[in-house]
Amino acid sequence: MAFEGLTERLQKTFTNLRKKGKVTEADLRDTMREIRLALLEADVNFKVVKQFVKTVRDQAIGSDILEGLNPAQQIVKLVNDELVKMMGEEDAPLNKSPKIPTIIMMAGLQGAGKTTTTGKLALKLKNEQKARPLLIAADVYRPAAIDQLVQVGQQIDVPVYEEGTDVSPVDIVRHGLAQAAENKNDYVFIDTAGRLQIDEKLMQELADIKALAQPNEILLVVDAMTGQNAVNTAEGFNEKLDITGVVLTKLDGDTRGGAALSIRSVTGKPIKFVGQGEKMEDLDVFHPDRMASRILGMGDMLTLIEKT
Amino acid sequence: ERSRRSFGQKLSSLFTNFTGVDDDFYDDLEETLIEADVGFDTALEISEEVRDEIEFEHVSDPDQISQLIVRRLVALYTRNGSAEDNHLVFSKEGPTVFLFVGVNGVGKTTSIGKMAARFKARGRKVLLAACDTFRAGAIQQLEEWGKRDGVDVVAGKEQSDPASVAFEAVKKAKAENYDLLLVDTAGRLQNKVNLMNELDKIKRVISREIPDAPQETLLVLDSTTGQNALTQAKAFLETTNVTGIILTKLDGTAKGGIVLAIRNQLHLAVKYVGLGETVDDLSPFNPEQYVSGLFKGLMED
Ligand SMILES: Nc1nc2c(ncn2[C@@H]2O[C@H](COP(=O)(O)OP(=O)(O)OP(=O)(O)O)[C@@H](O)[C@H]2O)c(=O)[nH]1
Ligand SMILES: Nc1nc2c(ncn2[C@@H]2O[C@H](COP(=O)(O)OP(=O)(O)OP(=O)(O)O)[C@@H](O)[C@H]2O)c(=O)[nH]1
Ligand SMILES: [Mg+2]
Ligand SMILES: [Mg+2]
Repeated sequence: MAFEGLTERLQKTFTNLRKKGKVTEADLRDTMREIRLALLEADVNFKVVKQFVKTVRDQAIGSDILEGLNPAQQIVKLVNDELVKMMGEEDAPLNKSPKIPTIIMMAGLQGAGKTTTTGKLALKLKNEQKARPLLIAADVYRPAAIDQLVQVGQQIDVPVYEEGTDVSPVDIVRHGLAQAAENKNDYVFIDTAGRLQIDEKLMQELADIKALAQPNEILLVVDAMTGQNAVNTAEGFNEKLDITGVVLTKLDGDTRGGAALSIRSVTGKPIKFVGQGEKMEDLDVFHPDRMASRILGMGDMLTLIEKT
Repeated sequence: ERSRRSFGQKLSSLFTNFTGVDDDFYDDLEETLIEADVGFDTALEISEEVRDEIEFEHVSDPDQISQLIVRRLVALYTRNGSAEDNHLVFSKEGPTVFLFVGVNGVGKTTSIGKMAARFKARGRKVLLAACDTFRAGAIQQLEEWGKRDGVDVVAGKEQSDPASVAFEAVKKAKAENYDLLLVDTAGRLQNKVNLMNELDKIKRVISREIPDAPQETLLVLDSTTGQNALTQAKAFLETTNVTGIILTKLDGTAKGGIVLAIRNQLHLAVKYVGLGETVDDLSPFNPEQYVSGLFKGLMED
């Protein structure tokens, strides 16, 4: 299993600590090293790891943790608390416009899950708020991207605005918004084509769509399996678009998802939802505490603490 | 090229503050490797080897050091089975079948579209099988590629059994003397047992019709994927006996360094790389080029 390494690793260090009953500087260094390793294995960006480990270390030294009865427990708790804190303690809801429609724009790298997430979010709003969303098909590049969104719309019984692939995305969005105004849709989703953050032309296209639509929410959709590169993507999209939130997809896999921490740390923007499968129902709100235990590979923090 | 340059630049910045090979230097080297997603263990291993070699050879010139690093990396990539090449295996007689597998959104369908064009241009009669009957728009996406490439596509109904589509396609390939059949499958995460079994079933249907087929089972990996790519490779290797890797999206800023670990631990080699979204953006993999490409800026400076 993917998580075993870390749990065992920490347990071993902590067992050593417990035997001695007292923690020395050297022990602390070993522990920090294990934490560093664990976070790197979980794909947290190395710069973020460095900063994180320093913060935890300072706290560990600052408090009288070294004299404590069970220092291992305290360090685990410290690490976990700090992770939760960094990831944003509160669940972040979707922005809502004071007058309809609320406009939500999706952006991200190729294959991240934008189109699927568009459908999932629209369905969620429909179920929870009886919303009447419109989906705008602004990906004119990927083969059959429009077919995909149209089929997603059919699955959740939500209309899709499309003009084929011969019209520019900006124009499609303009016309789609007019259509939404006419139909009094309360939510509008703009599904955009996947692109690299270093593709200046396509990034400018997103900026143009933003300028036109003035979305209430710009969601960066990121694959939870992303490695060290997550910071480049997040920085690139955030600089160009000033995103308002993040959706982390494919968390139904066995990745530890350290990208969550990297993205949060470089953008400061909340992770709002997580994708948990391919079906339209598979979307959940983001829970920082669950993500923290996942990154640490401690699905069950309490079990670990009891063992130490 | 863009990505490689910027990575190379980062690496050469490793040498701008170069004051000699001290502990800081090795830390920086490790981090540079980690940033390419090679993983911590591999990074440490490489760094140790580099350290040994630098000390043994008494090298201190930055140019020589950078060349030494490249040599080490290439050696690490090739030493586990340097004899195996990264050419695709074709059948001597009758249709060759390549099965494409991988997790969601990595670039399976696109890679098929590119590869079909490549082999059609070399005079082969190519057929595509749309065995992703699950994802919205997946069949249309492959059909669109078929149209672009001017090759035939076998497709079933949405939500139909993918194994039966595979069966139809193999039958057609045999009956109508196609040279190459490329089978697209739905993306699936490696921890989904049912979906992995479905893949096994598709594969068995193909082998029943043509005993040596599929000649290649190609695992498509997204270069932006971090350490999970190793888990993916393990799982797909176990279920479908993967024969090679296609590493996609190398035109971005991610390096896909995890293929070093995959090669090291599983002896699975990259055969092709994806370098963009258009039909020409597929190239055979060249380990020397890949590795020294990572260090390009460094070598030139
Ligand atoms: N398992 C799983 N698969 C997902 C999830 N979200 C999306 N996918 C799958 O990921 C693949 C890509 O999803 P899309 O919605 O097409 O991604 P996209 O960002 O719109 O892709 P482009 O438009 O090509 O950039 C599809 O196979 C989806 O079914 C998720 O949360 N879990
Ligand atoms: N930049 C870049 N994009 C790529 C590359 N290969 C594929 N893509 C894009 O990645 C996205 C997903 O590609 P697909 O071919 O649909 O991936 P897939 O593995 O078939 O996806 P599912 O069938 O949903 O699992 C599309 O937007 C492709 O255009 C590549 O080498 N570089
Ligand atoms: Mg899409
Ligand atoms: Mg596909």
